[in-house]
Amino acid sequence: MPKPAKRKKAPRARVSSGHKGLAAHDHRLGPSELRRIAEKIFKLSEADETEVDVSAVTSALTRFANNTIHQNVAEQGITISVRAVVDGRTARASTNKTDEESLRRVTAAALELAQMQPRNPDLLPMLGPQKLQKVDRFNAKTAAATPADRARAVKHVCDMAERQKQTTAGIFSTGLSEFALANSRGLFEYYQDTRAEFSVTMLEKDSSGWAKATSARIDEIDSEELAERASRKAAESRSPREIPAGQYTAILEPPAVLDLVGFLFYDFAGTCVEDQRSCFTGRMGKKLFGENISIWDDVYHPLQLGPPFDGEGMPRQRVRLVDRGVPVNLVYARSTAKKMKTKPTGHGFSLPSEDGEAPFNLVFSDGNSSTEEMIRSTERGLLITRLWYIREVDPYKKVLTGMTRDGTFLVEDGRVAGAVRNFRFNQSIIDMLANVEMMGPAVRASGEESFDMVVPAMKVRDFHFTEVTKF
Amino acid sequence: MKSFANLAIEKALARRATYADVRVMDIRHRDISTKNGQVGRMSEGESLGLGLRVIVDGSWGFASTDRLTAQGIESCAAEAVAIAQASAMAKRHDVVLAPEQSFVDTWQNPFVKDPFLIPIESQIAVLLAADAEMRKVNGVTLAEGSMSFRRIEQLFVSSIGSAIHQVKMQSGAGIVATSFAGEEIQKRSYPNSFGGQHMLRGYELIEELDLVRHATRIAEECVALHKAEKCPEGKRTIILDSSQLGLQIHESIGHPIELDRVLGMEANFAGMSFLTLDKLNSLRYGSDIVNVVADARLAHGPGLGTFGYDDEGVPAQCTPIISNGQFTGYLTNRETAAAIGQPRSNGTMRTEGWNRLPIIRMTNISILPGDRKFEDLIADTDDGIYMETNRSWSIDDRRYHFQFSTEIGWEIKNGKRGRMIKTPSYSGITTEFWNSCDAICSRDYWTLWGTPNCGKGQPMQTMGTGHGAAPARFRNVKVGIASSE
Repeated sequence: MPKPAKRKKAPRARVSSGHKGLAAHDHRLGPSELRRIAEKIFKLSEADETEVDVSAVTSALTRFANNTIHQNVAEQGITISVRAVVDGRTARASTNKTDEESLRRVTAAALELAQMQPRNPDLLPMLGPQKLQKVDRFNAKTAAATPADRARAVKHVCDMAERQKQTTAGIFSTGLSEFALANSRGLFEYYQDTRAEFSVTMLEKDSSGWAKATSARIDEIDSEELAERASRKAAESRSPREIPAGQYTAILEPPAVLDLVGFLFYDFAGTCVEDQRSCFTGRMGKKLFGENISIWDDVYHPLQLGPPFDGEGMPRQRVRLVDRGVPVNLVYARSTAKKMKTKPTGHGFSLPSEDGEAPFNLVFSDGNSSTEEMIRSTERGLLITRLWYIREVDPYKKVLTGMTRDGTFLVEDGRVAGAVRNFRFNQSIIDMLANVEMMGPAVRASGEESFDMVVPAMKVRDFHFTEVTKF
Repeated sequence: MKSFANLAIEKALARRATYADVRVMDIRHRDISTKNGQVGRMSEGESLGLGLRVIVDGSWGFASTDRLTAQGIESCAAEAVAIAQASAMAKRHDVVLAPEQSFVDTWQNPFVKDPFLIPIESQIAVLLAADAEMRKVNGVTLAEGSMSFRRIEQLFVSSIGSAIHQVKMQSGAGIVATSFAGEEIQKRSYPNSFGGQHMLRGYELIEELDLVRHATRIAEECVALHKAEKCPEGKRTIILDSSQLGLQIHESIGHPIELDRVLGMEANFAGMSFLTLDKLNSLRYGSDIVNVVADARLAHGPGLGTFGYDDEGVPAQCTPIISNGQFTGYLTNRETAAAIGQPRSNGTMRTEGWNRLPIIRMTNISILPGDRKFEDLIADTDDGIYMETNRSWSIDDRRYHFQFSTEIGWEIKNGKRGRMIKTPSYSGITTEFWNSCDAICSRDYWTLWGTPNCGKGQPMQTMGTGHGAAPARFRNVKVGIASSE
C-alpha cells in the first residue's frame, strides 16, 4: 500500500516516542558517549549556533506466519544529525559514520546548506539548558531479551494454533533506543526507552481474529493471553454472513477507536490551524463533540512512552486539548507560538520543519462500561475488533474511509448474534465523537494506522457503514 | 564495500551457515521543501551499513550493522546465526530456495544531470518560483513544493559466488495548492499528489516537469473546486487519468499478486490476497484488452521499480501478470517460487536499506498501452466522469473492495468535457472493475509513474514502485459513495 503508505500524515518529531521493533542485547552507548560525540561536533563547527541530535537504536523482531518463524531480524545503528544556524538561516545534515572525518564533513555540510538558503524570519535563537521532569521508560529485562526468548514465546503460540487447528501469524519485537539533543548554548537532554510489542492473528478457513499489545516492559506483554483472545475471535467469527450496509450502532474496541481518533492528532497543531488545514480552523471554543469527550496530550501519563522534551529541547507540557466536547487548546512549537502570539507547549518537531509541531501522547477521557455492558444495552449494532487502511476523504468534516477486519460481529437484542462480512465505512470523526453513548476504561491501545494512545472502547450511534466486501 | 561484504559471508559460513548473502549499502539523500514563500525542510544525509541474511539449521536469520569494522562485522555474523538458530526452534520445514546462477556484474541507471551537483540555491529557486505563482491566485491559502533525491550504491555478495555492484539515482518533485473556504478544504497537485513524480533519473526530470509553468493552472483549479458540482451518486462510466490508474494498478493488482501475501506471510499486518493459487491461469482478472506486466528491466523505462538485479541476486525480468484479461503471474522470490513449484524466482526481492531484510516488492507493475487517443475516448463517451489525480485511497486486506477519490473531475456529456466536479469518488470489487475496462489510451498518453512511498513488512519498509499507465475507461462503476451524509 502506498504510504503515505498507510496514510499521509505530518512527519513525527525526530524525537520519536519509541522505536518500533527492538533489541536483543543492551548495546546502550549512554549519555556520556552521546555527549562526547556532540561536543566533538561543537568543536568542529563554524556556525553561529549548532545543534546535535544523536540517536542509537538496537532492535530485533521475530516474525511468524503459517505456524512457523519465517523472518527474524535485528538491527543496530546510530544517527548523528547536525543543525547549523548562520545569519538567520538553518539547515540539517546527518550521517551514521562516527569517524573524525565524517563528523567534520557532516558539520561542514550543515553549515554549507544553511548558507545557501534565504533568511528565515521565524527562526529563534537556540534554547539554553532546560529543567525536565524525569520519566523512567527503560526496562533492563526488555533490553536484554534474546532471539531465543522471543522464539520460545512464538513457538508456544504456534503450538497453540496447531492444537486449535488454526493458522497464526504475527510479530514479537523487543529493543531499546537512546536519544540525546545538545546545542552550543549548553543544552543537553538525554532520553532512553525500551519497547516490547506482540501482535498476533489467528486464521481459520473463513475467519480471523487479532490482538496486539505494546509496553516498555516485556513482562507486561502476555503473548499467551493475546493469542488466546485472537484464537477466540477467529473461532467466533466463522461463517460470516452478509448483512446490508447502513447506519448501525458501532461498539468499537480500543484499537478501532485508536485508529480513527489517531487521525485527529495533527489537527491539534498550531501550524495546522495557521495553515487553515485543520478541522479545528474556525472552530476553537465551539462545541464539536459530546460532553463526555475530553482529550489531553500528556507524555507523563503512566501508559505513555516518549521523551519529556521536543525537537528543540523544550520541556513537553501536559495540554488539555478538548474540554467536555469543546476544543480549547492547541500545541505550539516555539516559532509557531511567537507567530500566533501564545506560549510554546514543547511539542515542536526538529528544525527545520514546515510542519511545526504535533501532540504524540494523546489521552482520552473514559468511562466504566465494559464491552459486555455495551453489547447488552444494544438492540442492533456491530461489534468491531479492528479497522484497516483508513484514509481521509474530507479533511474539514474529517470524514475517514476504511475497512473492518479480523472479527466483525452483529449484535442483536443485547447479545452477539454471529459474525458478519467486513464493511467499508465513511464516517466523520467529528460526528462520531458527538455520538458516543458509552465508554470503557482508557487503555494503552495499539493498532496499525496510528501511534499508540490511551483511549477507551466506545459505543457510537449512527456509524456509517457504506459497503460490504466479499469476506 | 567488497572487503566488508566478503568478511561477512566468510564469518557466516564459518559459523555453519549453509547459505549467506549480504548487502552493503551507501545511501545519500537530499530533501527540500517550501511552504508559502519560505524554505521548510532542508536536509542532506548519508547512511552506510550492511545487512547479512543467513540460513542455519534450515531457518532464516538476518542482522545488520553500521559498525563496519572486523569486530562489528563478526558480531553481526554471530547475531545473524544466533537468530537463525532461534528461528529453527519454531521450524516446520527447512527453507528451500529455487535455483539461481551466480552473477558478477555492475549496473547503473543512466541519468544526464547529477542532482547532488546542482546548486541547492537553484533548486530552492524553482520551488519558490512555483510557490509564488500559486499564491498569486486569489483564494489559495497554502502553497507547497518539494524535491527529493536519493543515490543508492550497493554491493550484493552471496555464498553462491555472486558479486553485484549497482548504483541507482532517483529524483522527484511536486507542488500543491490548497484552498480553505467556507467549510471546505480543496487541493490540487502537479504532476501527481503525495510528492509529485519520481523516477530513476537525474535532475533532467525536474527540469522536464516544469513546475513553474503548471503552478497557475493547478492554483486556479484548486480555487474553482469550491464552486464545482458534487459528485453524483450511482453507476456511471468513468475515465481515469494515467496517474490515478497507476495507483489503481498498485492497489488492486500490484499488492494482490505478491506471492508472500498469497501464502499468508503478511497475514498479521498487510493482509492476504484474494488471488489464491487455484486462480493462476484460470481467473478472468480483466477484460480482453487488459494486459499487465511486472517489468524491472531498463527497457521498460527508468521507473522506481527498475534495477539490474534484485536484492537476492536475481536478474531483472519481465513477467506477464495479466494477459488478455487472464491472470498469469505472481511476484516471486527464490523461496516462494520453490514453494509453488516454479523453476526460478522472477526477481522481486527488494530492501529499503542496509538494515532491512529484502522482501517481495512490486517492481514496475504497468498496464500496456491500448490504441485510443484521449480526445477520441472523451468524444466516444455519452455520459460519464473524467477523474484526475488521487486524493484518497483504501482497499480491504485481501484486495477485493476498494474506494478511491480524486482531486478533480469533469462531467462528460455527449462526448464533451463539461462541468467541473469536486472530489469525485468511485468504489468497486477488483475483478468486476477490471472486467469493465473497455478502452485504454495509446503509448502517446502512457506515463511511467513513480510511487515513492509503498509501505510493507515488519519492521515497516518504504519502497518506490513504478506504474506505467495511460488513461482508461470503465463502465458501470459505482460513484459518489465517499461521504458520511
